Amino acid sequence: MNKRILSVLVENHAGVLSRIAGLFSRRGYNIDSLSVGTVEDPAYSRMTIGITADDWQTEQIMKQLNKQVPVIKVVELLPDDSLIREILIIKVSAPVEARREIKDLADLYKASVLDITQDTMVLEVTGQQKKIESFIDHMKTYGLLEIARSSSVGMQRGSSVF
Amino acid sequence: MEGAKAIIESIEKHGTDRVFGHPGGAVLPLYEALRASGLVHVLTRTEQGAAHAASGYARMSGKPGVCIVTSGPGATNIITGIATAQADSVPLLVITGQVQRSRIGTDAFQEADITGASEPFTKHTYLVQDADELPRIMKEAFHIASTGRPGPVLIDIPVDIQKAEVKDSCDPQIHIRGYKPVFHGNRKQIKKAISAIEKSERPLVCAGGGILCSGARTPLNLFLQKTGIPVVHTLMGNSAIDGGLANSMGMIGSHGHLRAKQALRESDLLIIIGARISDRATAGGQIFESHKTIVHIDIDPAEVGKNIETQIPIVGDAGDVVMYLLKNMDPDRSWNWEPCRTPSEEPVPSKTRADKLDPAVLLHSVSKKADPDAIFTADVGLNQIWAARHIEMSGKRRFLTSGGLGTMGYGLPSAIGAKMAAPGRQVFAVMGDGGIQMSLGELGTLAESGEKVVILLLNNQYLGMVRELQDNAYGKECRHGVRFEKGPDFVKIAEAYGLRSAHACDMESFEKILHLSLAGKDSWLIDCKIDSKINSVRRF
Repeated sequence: MNKRILSVLVENHAGVLSRIAGLFSRRGYNIDSLSVGTVEDPAYSRMTIGITADDWQTEQIMKQLNKQVPVIKVVELLPDDSLIREILIIKVSAPVEARREIKDLADLYKASVLDITQDTMVLEVTGQQKKIESFIDHMKTYGLLEIARSSSVGMQRGSSVF
Repeated sequence: MEGAKAIIESIEKHGTDRVFGHPGGAVLPLYEALRASGLVHVLTRTEQGAAHAASGYARMSGKPGVCIVTSGPGATNIITGIATAQADSVPLLVITGQVQRSRIGTDAFQEADITGASEPFTKHTYLVQDADELPRIMKEAFHIASTGRPGPVLIDIPVDIQKAEVKDSCDPQIHIRGYKPVFHGNRKQIKKAISAIEKSERPLVCAGGGILCSGARTPLNLFLQKTGIPVVHTLMGNSAIDGGLANSMGMIGSHGHLRAKQALRESDLLIIIGARISDRATAGGQIFESHKTIVHIDIDPAEVGKNIETQIPIVGDAGDVVMYLLKNMDPDRSWNWEPCRTPSEEPVPSKTRADKLDPAVLLHSVSKKADPDAIFTADVGLNQIWAARHIEMSGKRRFLTSGGLGTMGYGLPSAIGAKMAAPGRQVFAVMGDGGIQMSLGELGTLAESGEKVVILLLNNQYLGMVRELQDNAYGKECRHGVRFEKGPDFVKIAEAYGLRSAHACDMESFEKILHLSLAGKDSWLIDCKIDSKINSVRRF
């Protein structure tokens, strides 16, 4: 069982999200994450779905997805050929004396500061899952107040378009 | 044009002559348009009955069966019928009324989220939000239901949309980007299959219900005759094989024939055509997992490799692939092997109790007397297994049953629908006393229709199949909840509906009633008192 990411192009209308999400639950597939957004043509959306599955299950999931009428195309985003990113917004406790240190760490992670108050900071970082998790670990030192995290979105490298 | 009229016109345009339904408040405009149309309306007594009748109609006509039911409970009642059609790949177009758009989501009277609830059981669903989309949605729905692997499509139509004006009702072009079923099997893959078949010593064909969906019965039987390759079939594939075929080995699966199972065991290459190979067909699975080459032909790519590993997958229409096989296989090569150890099959008992009927004897007798193109529907349970095992599917006979979902109450309404699609053919509904009590109201539908169906009620005053399962799992002393202590007098019930009916307690009386029922124009219910000790399959 591996973690994998599927990119699914679907028609953009009501009911499609529940149809796809329902497919996973009723067939007993493991779904880790799901993100949806419209694409260049507003008639379509792209779903990026994180799953935990072996090769056989992945094939079954892709076939069942393809069978759905609103599904246009399904590809697996293989780690070596794909760009996969998550976004994290994190509110940390940041008294004046800690700000410099937090800012230095944020720079290392190419995180940006979205908001600042007397004793808190809100930071934004994008990257692969491991980078996000490592950044969260560092922030624990200062006191995590709130976390909002997207699931993965991604696409294949190179000039091919799907 | 009014939305309702556009819907009805679209149904007429797609070649069906009738709809099966049960009206209610949320489909009033539709029924008004229906009244003014040339379509026949068949009023079933439950919404589930409408779906089953439409299923029988669809399976015999080859066109989608159309149902119209109201919102809320009308819609939720039809779900079992939809799921039954989905499991057996039957094309249905189900139209449900919905509360007016402004009330959706307010828990209005008779409001139910039917597109949400029916989603797992449909090939596709629509909730119509704009009357102008009606012509396109109707056309798409018919297309999706009837092409590729057929299945039910549900269209939920708010009542205000039915009354709204459709601006452009002309024939729209449809283009569904995500729906492009493959019809022609990949020629390279088929050639690979041919070379594997030609190398094999003991090839075997396994025919499923897909043969009947695709209309591939004739080419398949030609292929079997020419090559001499033995054939087994699944429950859904019963009547896909001409009964007279010498190389037909019978039915596989948990209630199948021993000869078929032995053929499976001994074959070195298996050509599965239009079958899912479900848990009932594998009956434990071992015989499929032995080392052999498997060629799996199915129109649904998701079925290939799902239940059984395959070496040569071919996605395409059964008829198309079989025709190509037929044309391209070495015409001089033939295989006429038989299983080495052919176990003796269940014989037709020669001695039976004088006061009770034996289902095998009874059905053999029906089998001999029925027309060569008779249609048999079977309900679910012991009656289904008996019908599948003892009625010979010779000639152009057809066998219809709820094989996938196993829905009790399917037999009677589906027989009515089948008769309407094939008025010139004899139709028998083989029922148990459990299943008929789930669909008694449809006796009224039958009486009203004026169509002739002969109901063979195999009455043992038990839910016999469940009893058998309980006996096997827990022992005979643990039977619970499976006995009808006070079975009703079915003859009186049938007569109350205006049908002809009689009790049969022995073969002599049965033969007389059968003769009478076959001769006349009236529908009959023959209440056959079956020896309640008899189980699904008897081994001697």
